[in-house]
Amino acid sequence: MLAFIGRRIGTLFVILFGSSFILYNLTAISGDPREQYKFATDEKSQSALRALVRQLDLETPPPLRYFKWLEGVSGVFYGKLNFGVTRDNEDVISRLSAAIPTTLKLVTAATLTAIFLGIALGIVTALRQYSRFDYVVTFFSFLMFSLPIFWVAVLLKQFLAIEFNDFLEVGYIDVGWRVVLGVLTAVFWAGVIGGSKTRVAKVAISAFVLTFGILTAIVALKWFYDPGLGPIIVFLLSVGIAFAVTAISMGLDNRPALKSSLSIALITLILYYPLQYVFDKYSSWLLILALAVLTISTATLISILFAKIDRGAVIRTSVITSIGCGLVVILDRLLNTWSEYLTLDGVNGRPIPTIGQVNPLLTTDDFWIVQLDTVVHLILPTVALTLISFAGYIRFSRGTMLEVLNQDYIRTARAKGLSERVVVVRHAFRNTMIPITTIIVVDISGVIGGAIITERVFGWSGMGTLFNKAISGYDLNLLMGVFAVTATLAVLANLVADLLYAALDPRIRVGNRL
Amino acid sequence: MSIFKKKTSTLVSAEIDAAENAIANREVQGLTQRQIVIRRFLNHRAAVTSLIILTTLVLFVFTGSGFHVGPWQVPGWWKHDIDTLSDLNVCSEGRLGCPTLSVVPKWLGGDGIALGDHPLGQDDIGHDYLAMVLRGAQRSLMVTFIIGTVAGIIGTVVGAIAGFFAGRIDNVLMRFVDFLITIPSIIIGSVIGYHFGNLGALFLAFYLGLFAWTGLSRLVRGEFLSLREREFVDAARVAGASNNRIIFKHILPNAVGVIVVSVTLLMSGAILLETALSYLGFGVIPPDVSLGLLISTYQDSFTTRPYLFWWPGITIITIALSINFIGDGLRDAFDPRQRRKVTLKERRIRLFNRLMRKSENV
Repeated sequence: MLAFIGRRIGTLFVILFGSSFILYNLTAISGDPREQYKFATDEKSQSALRALVRQLDLETPPPLRYFKWLEGVSGVFYGKLNFGVTRDNEDVISRLSAAIPTTLKLVTAATLTAIFLGIALGIVTALRQYSRFDYVVTFFSFLMFSLPIFWVAVLLKQFLAIEFNDFLEVGYIDVGWRVVLGVLTAVFWAGVIGGSKTRVAKVAISAFVLTFGILTAIVALKWFYDPGLGPIIVFLLSVGIAFAVTAISMGLDNRPALKSSLSIALITLILYYPLQYVFDKYSSWLLILALAVLTISTATLISILFAKIDRGAVIRTSVITSIGCGLVVILDRLLNTWSEYLTLDGVNGRPIPTIGQVNPLLTTDDFWIVQLDTVVHLILPTVALTLISFAGYIRFSRGTMLEVLNQDYIRTARAKGLSERVVVVRHAFRNTMIPITTIIVVDISGVIGGAIITERVFGWSGMGTLFNKAISGYDLNLLMGVFAVTATLAVLANLVADLLYAALDPRIRVGNRL
Repeated sequence: MSIFKKKTSTLVSAEIDAAENAIANREVQGLTQRQIVIRRFLNHRAAVTSLIILTTLVLFVFTGSGFHVGPWQVPGWWKHDIDTLSDLNVCSEGRLGCPTLSVVPKWLGGDGIALGDHPLGQDDIGHDYLAMVLRGAQRSLMVTFIIGTVAGIIGTVVGAIAGFFAGRIDNVLMRFVDFLITIPSIIIGSVIGYHFGNLGALFLAFYLGLFAWTGLSRLVRGEFLSLREREFVDAARVAGASNNRIIFKHILPNAVGVIVVSVTLLMSGAILLETALSYLGFGVIPPDVSLGLLISTYQDSFTTRPYLFWWPGITIITIALSINFIGDGLRDAFDPRQRRKVTLKERRIRLFNRLMRKSENV
């Protein structure tokens, strides 16, 4: 195993060396940073030109210059990493370390949503293979594959931002729209749940009534201007999460799991008002982190109290439930900030921005307002990125799930009388996750450098912007800096994916063959 | 969860599978491989529809805008081309250059079905937008096609050599592929596009094709590696066939499914890559037009002149979507493990019939 990792890391360095060499020379011979001074004759330009040549060491031929660059980069081994300077004489590393957090902020939510939704939809369509729902989802995933992201971005800016802001000025949903939205949700849930005709009808009707009712309540209460869930709805949602998580992971027959999840929901209700006080008084990321740790450890404790057997699974169920409840509470707090945010000077009743990372007119430094500001700025890019990337996850997890479901051991599991839930969740889903996990690792490494177009469309300045700047300014050091980060992550992710695969799938032994 | 409460009939799926295979075998009896593939493809409704749409679109675009064959210019049937300026037509609200296409018949209160002089409207200075969309779609299609061809040929050759000869050659070639794969395609594309974009769209496509073959070559290599171990290859070698003959006559026809499918998917990726590059300004550059360029030029006119935004976008989506569906159909057609789709209802009917027969026998 160690020999395998060692050999792989060796190969990894060779690959990085080779591809950086190719890219460096390819870029160097195809463009010249001196181009803008080509026809300039005045003394000022001449001196600027000389400075540029000295600064970027342009007298040295590119292959040699590459090795000089490599020398700086190899400083990573003795703590003196040096990527050189950009053409504006800035340190490449400082540019990179400013850009990476921005990109991470931009892509994290989208990637997580895409993975979660994509896998869920993929699995459901696999279970409903060749149903109408399957066909519709397949069509939409192909459609998502075929959409240019900047085209989607323009549509989103128009319909999700501008028209939503316009709508807020009126704040009224027509009865017609309420019916349409109700029908859409009804069709969706009828497709997901399936089963006999009466069952489908029941599901559809209740989904319709629920959606219509919620929308009507929203309109009646003018919820858009002062949203928030309040303790009752937070409690109801927590109970719903508790039931759903238990039903999927353990089955509702498992009383200890159900009791432990429900008590977490109850604790959420009890702690609701104390938490609001804490949130108002001492809000910071540290507090959120501490609360998260506290939540998870409480959930673990409670489940240990309830469960006599099968403790690990019960703990897992409770922890997932508690994370869900925690998110609901945070969402509620953010929503409570909404009305204050709406009336701020820089916002002026039009909360969803079409561009930018933060609202520059914001003067307050209240923790929740700043967070809400980040969230509203993230909405559009997140939706766009999710739409584009989750189609891949749908297709992939659907294909893998179908393959797994056709295996003999699934038939055996059914034959020995296991419930369909156990077969799907414990036998099929876990094995489906093996290849998906490895794909996810590679994808996550890719998104760091991958949101080039999204950043441009939504006016974020992260890695993509740096890259753009580097290309159009013939800024070789900057380009190589961006490339070094993305390529290193990519090859590392491939290594991690291989190791993960071996760790998750006992049939695969690394080290024997490569 | 009710999601789980469906598959009661799968318990007997082993028997049903066997019966289905028998049916499937009877269906393909006496047909050549090619006939089976064609038949399977034609059964894939979405793929056939997409093929028809794509063919129509290609014909429409190429005959409409005209094209060069060597030094000769073949004129298109559309009366405007992208270079001529005509007067901006003035429409009802005092706006300029709006589309004259109208599809609502008179008896429904519209203006009647008519194309008018500029069906899709005009741009800022009077170019006919239909001519621009036609030329843009032509460019995008050609770029896609060239990338597909170049990458398809290189990928197949490299993959075939690596897979067939294995050993050291394989190692060297695949490490080279690893080099190329670490560089994201959009980075390569931008570098190439920015520096060679002025040579014209077709050169750009050629260069992009030189870098787009890596994924394909891996797939082809895998296929060759497994095929070369098969008995029929041994038989051919024993019979004295040369390497060339084995590769072209014995292995390649068996690997053609993988190749065709991945080239199709590569092409659907290529059209989006071209669009993205043109959007970033590293792709096709004016005065040439491509669909990506049109969208990026007119993305801000969405509220005032939405037609400038919708038409190129819809064209791109139509092309990419139909290529994707064709690829899906081809994959189903070439995959020997693919069985005929059996609906739940059919399964139930068959199960019922079997049970009835059994009870009669008893």
